[in-house]
Amino acid sequence: MIDLGKYSFDILLAYGLSGILIAGLILQSVVASRRTARRLKEIEQ
Amino acid sequence: MSIWEYANPRRFMALSARVQPWVWGVAIMLSGSGLIWGFFFTPEDFRMGYSVKIIYLHVPSAFLAINAWFMMLVASLIWLIRRHHVSALAARAAAPIGLVMTAVALLTGAIWGKPMWGTYWEWDPRLTSFLILGLFYLGYIALWSAIENQDAAADLTSILCLVGTVFAVLSRYAAQFWNQGLHQGASLSLDAQENISDVFWLPLVVTLAGFVALFLALVLMRTRTELRRRRLHSLAAKARLA
Repeated sequence: MIDLGKYSFDILLAYGLSGILIAGLILQSVVASRRTARRLKEIEQ
Repeated sequence: MSIWEYANPRRFMALSARVQPWVWGVAIMLSGSGLIWGFFFTPEDFRMGYSVKIIYLHVPSAFLAINAWFMMLVASLIWLIRRHHVSALAARAAAPIGLVMTAVALLTGAIWGKPMWGTYWEWDPRLTSFLILGLFYLGYIALWSAIENQDAAADLTSILCLVGTVFAVLSRYAAQFWNQGLHQGASLSLDAQENISDVFWLPLVVTLAGFVALFLALVLMRTRTELRRRRLHSLAAKARLA
């Protein structure tokens, strides 16, 4: 494991929180995209 | 062939379906390699120590937070002038991405600020204008959701976007306008003298390119979702009339 010195907590916190926010945005976008595509397909059929 | 042909929803859906996987591929490759490079293979800065590693998240997210608003401005102007629905929906699609990037920039800035400045927050011009930009994103998203008539919502949110542009510009240039703030100048510049050292600059540029590709991929995906939602609404309206 890389030694981040005295700022390791701050660095890992920044990466952790950013990862959660960006992954959440991507996940929400994918889920909404699939859901609307499925609903539209069902209705148009 | 005119660019306006892609304002046709059917053409946009066909083109974006073909382009999307490539943009996602570029986004994952560039942002992944840039972040790994920056995190694992760069030395500590002589002043900031290893906390410099936070810039690989802070700078690209702040860049996107500001430029997502400018993209929304262009799309809103196209809607107001030419009434193309794809552009209004693209602006709507970009807003949550801009909001998340603003939150990432504010959080990473605050976490970096505590050890460097001794405080998580300061009412510095750049930080304050950034916070107001975040509130504009929230207001923009709320306004879209609050109005049932989609064309009226597109009109009003476009006006709000024009007003909010003041804060996007202030967020970008506040450090230059007011030099009494804590926030330093830009880390990236077209002027090589102002740039940070190459050892940090190169992975930062790769990460930045990856974040821009990620933004494009998300805007394409979310605009496609908005177009499908619009189609669902119009089908539901037709069914009610029949």
